[in-house]
Amino acid sequence: MANQGVNRGRRRFLVAATSVVGGAGVAAVAAPFLASLQPSARAQAAGAPVEFDVSAIEPGQRVSVEWRGQPIWVVRRTDEMIAGLSEIRDRLRDPDSEVESQQPEYAQNEHRSREEEFLVVIGICTHLGCSPSYRPEIGDPEMGSDWQGGWLCGCHGSRFDLAGRVYRNMPAATNLVIPRHMYRTDTVLVIGEDEDGEAI
Amino acid sequence: MASNPDTKIQGGVLGWVDARFPLSQMWNEHLAQYYAPKNFNFWYFFGSLALLVLVIQIVSGIFLTMFYKPDAELAFASVEYIMRDVEWGWLIRYMHSTGASLFFVVVYLHMFRALLYGSYKKPRELIWIFGVLIYLVLMAEAFAGYLLPWGQMSYWGAQVIVNLFQTIPYIGPDLVTWIRGDFLLSDATLNRFFALHVIALPLVLIMLVAAHIIALHEVGSNNPDGINIKDTKDENGIPKDGIPFHPYYSVKDLVGVGVFLMVFAAIMFFFPTGAGLFLKPDNMIPADPLVTPDLIPPVWYFTSMYSVLRSVPDPFLGVVAMGLAVVMLFFIPWLDRNPVLSMRYRSFAAKFNLAVFVVAFVILGWLGLQQATTEVSEMSYRFSTVYFAFFFLLWFLSKERSVAFSLIAFAVVAGIYTIYDILRFDPSDAGLIMWSWLIPTVYLFVTMVAPAFARGLGRDRAVPERVTS
Repeated sequence: MANQGVNRGRRRFLVAATSVVGGAGVAAVAAPFLASLQPSARAQAAGAPVEFDVSAIEPGQRVSVEWRGQPIWVVRRTDEMIAGLSEIRDRLRDPDSEVESQQPEYAQNEHRSREEEFLVVIGICTHLGCSPSYRPEIGDPEMGSDWQGGWLCGCHGSRFDLAGRVYRNMPAATNLVIPRHMYRTDTVLVIGEDEDGEAI
Repeated sequence: MASNPDTKIQGGVLGWVDARFPLSQMWNEHLAQYYAPKNFNFWYFFGSLALLVLVIQIVSGIFLTMFYKPDAELAFASVEYIMRDVEWGWLIRYMHSTGASLFFVVVYLHMFRALLYGSYKKPRELIWIFGVLIYLVLMAEAFAGYLLPWGQMSYWGAQVIVNLFQTIPYIGPDLVTWIRGDFLLSDATLNRFFALHVIALPLVLIMLVAAHIIALHEVGSNNPDGINIKDTKDENGIPKDGIPFHPYYSVKDLVGVGVFLMVFAAIMFFFPTGAGLFLKPDNMIPADPLVTPDLIPPVWYFTSMYSVLRSVPDPFLGVVAMGLAVVMLFFIPWLDRNPVLSMRYRSFAAKFNLAVFVVAFVILGWLGLQQATTEVSEMSYRFSTVYFAFFFLLWFLSKERSVAFSLIAFAVVAGIYTIYDILRFDPSDAGLIMWSWLIPTVYLFVTMVAPAFARGLGRDRAVPERVTS
């Protein structure tokens, strides 16, 4: 052996082949560790739909309902509030809800809801996930005299109207998300489920 | 082991150990025969103080984990339990929270020292890189630790930072779910942040600190004159301007330790909340996923980077800008190509550049604590511009520039943000946009245009052969 000389090509091949096999082993071992960080079966099972009776909401009132640990806002808009939605169109980034991921098809309208009166929206800012504060007062002095009611995110100052549509030039780039929902009866709202089944 | 028989003490317990482990050798290499420049000043306290705070954090942290429960249902109450029922528990917790803030105070001053005396320049680039990595890991460590008390600020602060990853195109939402381990910030998130905070990140931190010190002792310490003391050695090969670290600097550092511990104790006993800067009142309310506090400023040591994030209107670009604000630090050794290390011998323009950078960093930090009004956003944008311009200026001031080059470079840089100002011009904020335009412009004028005409402003001074004083 000692006087046969070194076959460098063979040695390089063996080193490379061993490294590749070893690397595959490392990747195979890493996979279960990385996958273990995904939501567990228990976390996935905790996302069942919730029901809520909207008849108890006063006009102009906003109610928070918890679904999958997120605040879901249900707002009963007054006629004045609904009228204000069309007045501010040119100050909104996406007034016609053209970004499809932000709402189901049935909420792609001026009022972004199934019933004109009731808005159902996930109360999480689309910028970085804070929960914006409700500023329903039309002409709220803090928000400017042309304010038509809506939400202000305290974290980075994004503003949304009463249909959850974001204003132009805000840190948030998309409208608030409308969850899949439906009305089981005239007044019983189901959040997280619609005719197509449960939300993913 | 390559042990030197001449320096080895023969016989005895030490001799027995030295024959099996290079104990005396390590003692000599890193302490008794590590020759440090004789002209260290005030700024050289902060390296050893950072090490001291690391030890304080590890010891107080170990004791906190003996009482803390990393469970969303129990975490908040277990912290209250430490504060009220555990004997001296309040002291241990305040030691840990005070230590966290002072860690950043010490590290920021330590980094400033490096900028002041060019400690990042050849041959110390790797020391600097290890240092920036330590800073990065320290930020991750502080962030993970801040979630553990599971108060409102913990929860919503983490919500904002974790959601930063959501803005990454395509993979963002899935990545965030993977980080959280749930569809919202929950018990799963708390559990894994606990694991990162108490074991994974501290291990990385300690290894990086070791690499930082090994690299330092390989090339030797810089000093306020930025002179390489190894260039002037006596007949024994010992630098003429060097003194053994131990006992000279170990004793000097003890004085720093004494003063530092006085400050530390004063904060810990009398101002543990630091007027809301170190511990926020909102964090005394248990985490509630349905209610966001009105204002969610990060802890003070993150607010400068946070201002950079807020100054950009686009979410993803904001995150990129914030990331870049930290990543730029890695490139400093290769941006600043000026052969003069210490600011003592650098030009007025270079000194002014560093001073403005420090001021911009502090102002950005203050802005990050404020509610995002139009004025705050505008100032954040202007000082973010200054923050990034600093790095360009480091390169620009590497040597004297011709009049033509200075003017063209000034016009290009000022032109970029001026064009952006014109594009985003909003008549209702006209006054604000126009006067704040002066902030970066005056800064660039003083550092780029003025030295082109008043040559004295841009000229470095001669560096002496030997260290002064």
